[in-house]
Amino acid sequence: MAARLSLRFAALGYLAALLALPVGLVFWRTFEKGLGPVWDAATTPEALHALWLTVLIALVAVPANTIFGVICALVIVRGRFHGKWFLNALVDLTFALSPVVIGLALYLVYARTGWFGGWLVDHGITVIFALPGMILATIFVSLPFVVRETVPVLREIGTEQEEAAWTLGASPLTAFFRVTLPAIRWGITYGIVLTTARAIGEFGAVSIVSGSIAGRTETLTLHVQERFQGFDLTGAYTASVELALLALITLLFMTLLRKESPGGDSDSPGDEALR
Amino acid sequence: MAIAIRRVTKRFGDFVAVDDVSLAIASGSLTALLGPSGSGKSTLLRIVAGLEHPDEGDVSIHGEDATGLPPQERGVGFVFQHYAAFKHMSVRENVAFALKIRKRPRDEIRDRVGELLRLVQLEGLANRYPSQLSGGQRQRMALARALAAEPRVLLLDEPFGALDARVRKELRAWLRRLHDDVPVTTVLVTHDQEEAMDVADRVAVMNEGRVEQTGKPRDLYEHPANEFVMSFVGPAHRLGEAWIRPHDLEVRQEPNGSSTEAMVERVVHLGFEVRAELVLEDGRRVSAQVTRNEADELELHEGQIVFVRPSRTHVFSAVATPQGHS
Repeated sequence: MAARLSLRFAALGYLAALLALPVGLVFWRTFEKGLGPVWDAATTPEALHALWLTVLIALVAVPANTIFGVICALVIVRGRFHGKWFLNALVDLTFALSPVVIGLALYLVYARTGWFGGWLVDHGITVIFALPGMILATIFVSLPFVVRETVPVLREIGTEQEEAAWTLGASPLTAFFRVTLPAIRWGITYGIVLTTARAIGEFGAVSIVSGSIAGRTETLTLHVQERFQGFDLTGAYTASVELALLALITLLFMTLLRKESPGGDSDSPGDEALR
Repeated sequence: MAIAIRRVTKRFGDFVAVDDVSLAIASGSLTALLGPSGSGKSTLLRIVAGLEHPDEGDVSIHGEDATGLPPQERGVGFVFQHYAAFKHMSVRENVAFALKIRKRPRDEIRDRVGELLRLVQLEGLANRYPSQLSGGQRQRMALARALAAEPRVLLLDEPFGALDARVRKELRAWLRRLHDDVPVTTVLVTHDQEEAMDVADRVAVMNEGRVEQTGKPRDLYEHPANEFVMSFVGPAHRLGEAWIRPHDLEVRQEPNGSSTEAMVERVVHLGFEVRAELVLEDGRRVSAQVTRNEADELELHEGQIVFVRPSRTHVFSAVATPQGHS
């Protein structure tokens, strides 16, 4: 009993010291002087644009990575081809590479002087120091989450349910949408939450490809840095709180979805063995 | 013929799972594909369902060539060993799946699902989820789900394999009654010879991708075509060139002409029958099965010296397939 309590204490203490305390402090310092300055800081055109940009980028990057992630997971789990390890490794590469390196790599390819950038600029598409580049960078760094969360559940459910659906007359597409997708939905959901969190919080890669032009190519994270370096602490704290709130909303959304699902969470394979 | 399998071969890499198999299954019959694991019986069943494609040969269902047809268009019901229940759907939704896919009217679906749930005795559990059912209940649900679309052929892949012995026996008897009520041509894959003998009208014994023998359960037992069938369908021992069933070994207290001396090593009571494990003079081990009354008369006990004589043996020609049982 004592051992279990001390374990709990250690876990909570660790989280409190590293996470809850500093984040709480940010909230406290933000609202120290009342709501007025916070409201003013949050409603400057630059701050509003940064919030909008962060949400917009997430709205593009998350669906893209969700669809790609599920397809990629299907290929990794069910595909039978040589070089599957290579695909696997490529997906993990985005985990392993520092975002700054990813940003730099994108710059080398898409900048006006880059491989591909000149051609794009000639056709009227600016990638670097513009929204397309920021979206690309965000997709890149938040790519592996849906794949990594979906692969284990997909592997666990196997192909039998889908095959059963086929023999019952469902086309492969119907079987996927009505049988497989619901069966892996929690893996995907969790992947989406992580992707969203990563997309919202991305700094390094976006900072290189965006050029951080206030009011134009500045996301919330870049805005925090810019305000902080400009000694506008209220502005920096306010943007930080907005980031924290976006993360909380994402988590809350998942929790609500989970509560409403039919069949509850009891579809883990563990309880099968107990019967 | 409900199902005609002609010269079907299926390879996985270098492994030949099904090796030039031909088999005909009569309409309305309940046929068991019996064999050890790796004998190709499940692969053959999956080929009939369209879940695997044969490398060679063809399959026709009710006279229609089905070799190129996808599983959706074969009119087969398939039941998996591990149920393959749709876990996010209630029992009712699981059973209704095939009908919903076919966009049948709502009233018709409701009536048909109700009827099927009564048939598999799950009326009271329609709103439960599979995770709230026992293994036996899940498998009955899977069967109702497979029957919903009125398949021409019902394929069962080790349907009772994941269940405990008692439930397995109950479901076996229940399946037999169900088949008598709803005579859909049924093929059952099993590695359990007792199950095959108990349920099926006909049994096809498979080994190493080939069908060794097809026949009525009793014929296979009485007239096995080769050593493999002899040893796989019921207990058997090899005595010299001959094979013998334990109940075909006469046990006496006194020697008699052609009998051999043996020592009782162990006596096992199996209810009505008693199995005596014996060591012959030359050290070979055999077992003899006698009734309880016979055992009492012989006063069978460990260490006893008895005299045995086979009353019936099977001798197979030398070309019989190699096998690992004894």
